[in-house]
Amino acid sequence: MTATNKAGTAKPPLLETRELMIKFGGVTAANNVSMQIEAGRNLAIIGPNGAGKTTFLNICTGWIKPRSGKVFLEGEDITPLPPRKIVRRGVARAFQIPQLFTEHTALENLLISAAAREGLRNPLQNLHNIRQRDEMMHLLDLVHCTDVADRVVVELSEGQRKLIDIAVALALKPRLLLMDEPTSGVASSQKHEVMEILVGALAEAGVTSVFVEHDMGIVARHADEVAVWNAGNVQLRGTPQEILEHPDVIRDVIGEEVA
Amino acid sequence: MSEISQHSTPRRAAKSGGMPSLRALLTLLAVLLLAAVPFIAPSMQLLINLALAKGIAVLGVTVLLRAGQVSFGHALFFGISAYAGAFLMASLPGADLILVLVAGVLGAALSGLLVGLFVVRYRGIFFGMLNLAFSMIFWSILEKFYHVTGGADGIRLPRPTVLGMVLERSGFEAVIFYLSIALMVLLGWLTLRWFVSPVGQIFQSLKTNETRLEYLGLSPKRVLLSGYLLSAVLCGVGGSLMAMTQGVVTPEYVWWVRSAEMVFIAVLGGAGSVRGAFIGALIYEIVRVYASAFAGDIWQMLLGGFLLVIILFAPKGIMGIADGLIHRGGKRRATTAEEAR
Ligand SMILES: Nc1ncnc2c1ncn2[C@@H]1O[C@H](COP(=O)(O)OP(=O)(O)O)[C@@H](O)[C@H]1O
Ligand SMILES: [Mg+2]
Repeated sequence: MTATNKAGTAKPPLLETRELMIKFGGVTAANNVSMQIEAGRNLAIIGPNGAGKTTFLNICTGWIKPRSGKVFLEGEDITPLPPRKIVRRGVARAFQIPQLFTEHTALENLLISAAAREGLRNPLQNLHNIRQRDEMMHLLDLVHCTDVADRVVVELSEGQRKLIDIAVALALKPRLLLMDEPTSGVASSQKHEVMEILVGALAEAGVTSVFVEHDMGIVARHADEVAVWNAGNVQLRGTPQEILEHPDVIRDVIGEEVA
Repeated sequence: MSEISQHSTPRRAAKSGGMPSLRALLTLLAVLLLAAVPFIAPSMQLLINLALAKGIAVLGVTVLLRAGQVSFGHALFFGISAYAGAFLMASLPGADLILVLVAGVLGAALSGLLVGLFVVRYRGIFFGMLNLAFSMIFWSILEKFYHVTGGADGIRLPRPTVLGMVLERSGFEAVIFYLSIALMVLLGWLTLRWFVSPVGQIFQSLKTNETRLEYLGLSPKRVLLSGYLLSAVLCGVGGSLMAMTQGVVTPEYVWWVRSAEMVFIAVLGGAGSVRGAFIGALIYEIVRVYASAFAGDIWQMLLGGFLLVIILFAPKGIMGIADGLIHRGGKRRATTAEEAR
């Protein structure tokens, strides 16, 4: 497998990993992971807890360095880069546990993100007066959090924090958005609606997404493709229909969700 | 150390609750009152001037407190700036006051950059102690290289000219006094503006989430460095004013007690509060001078007790108490969100 396509004509995949390996103590969290993520699709990652899904996102974004193996972004080797340099190349991330500025309001978290995206040029301009304010209010609206715009993050519910966390990542206008269990903590009555809007917004902005998800209903409805993780590697990959009807998946993954 | 950062005042971009206009009015009154000191209480002019110089340096420490970092070595930049001014006067007799100030600030900025590049990798106790270490090294250089630095006696900083004019002592003192007030207002205002700016807000979010900062494509170290430079420059301005006011610079300028004093004053005034830095410095100097005149070393006990009371009962410092009074006087109560900050 090479980064330049076999025929040499098509573009390399948006993100590609080759033979990622990492161990934590006795646990092999990434066991020879080779993945290709094509632009323009929504890839769901499913699999039991401890399978190495978060570790995969950590390696792709440079937070954890693999013991061996490489990560390519459109053919460029980004393995040695720190997260911030990968982010600046267009890869944003939302976290399993929201990573927000807890002393700031929901809106301020977004404004900070927009300001970071634009480069911090004017050191004497009020954060609240930056040009992107309306755009950020729109993003808040998108994740149904307009009513808590001026609330300090520590006061928000877990579901709201998750949504703000996603909005903060979206505010960076990424090409690729990695989301770790985006709807966990979000009220089940809201999950589908939020995902619907999110996926719509991603498609509209041309953002490719990868999301770790435990809710098979969400996967079935919003993923273009599914990768099944197990014991540190991709066990299966296919369309949602293929995967969700696969006997191994029904036994190992869905069975566990039900149990 | 985390205690101090937790105690620091609200640091968010939104306008604070209560009555900003009343706050502005009180600030204006205070500045006017200070400006009247040479007329209504001339005997206090020198004392107040030293307090203002110290206050500007304390503002530097205050900036770092906003990011949850405490430096126990910021007198380093205070001293470097003072010595830069003294060396300039020695090599360029009759140099202008502006030049002395610029030389001092450049010295502070340059050393701030060098030390900063190193210390921004650390947080908390290590950050604090590394700053202390740098200031101690510089202190011993000042003490040991007697032939250059004058050792413990220091070096004189003769009166610089003012825009080309040679002034008498009282005239020069008046110039320095009003320059100090002007710089207090200007730098205080700039610092407040910086605090609410995107980079200032990000600087203050360092203590809540460096992971997210990295994932916004930013370098936490660079962000900390920008605030560190600002703090070094502020200490530099304070040191330069102090040196010109006193006419002599000694290693005592960088002595660790001086650094600790800055932290003490910042917490006293309201950790993280711009106005608090100056109110703290004024109270500190006044108590120090008057209490020691009346009863020897009792001033340290007084201030120690005072700080204890502040930390236990009013962790937001004197400015926190003042804000509380303003709020109570105002019609509007702070929302729960604002109180939680
Ligand atoms: N930074 C780390 N240090 C030590 N062990 C880790 C670390 N990150 C993950 N692990 C371990 O690696 C395994 C995979 O974890 P993770 O990637 O979080 O799984 P998932 O997200 O699929 O639930 C787990 O056994 C976890 O305890
Ligand atoms: Mg996980």
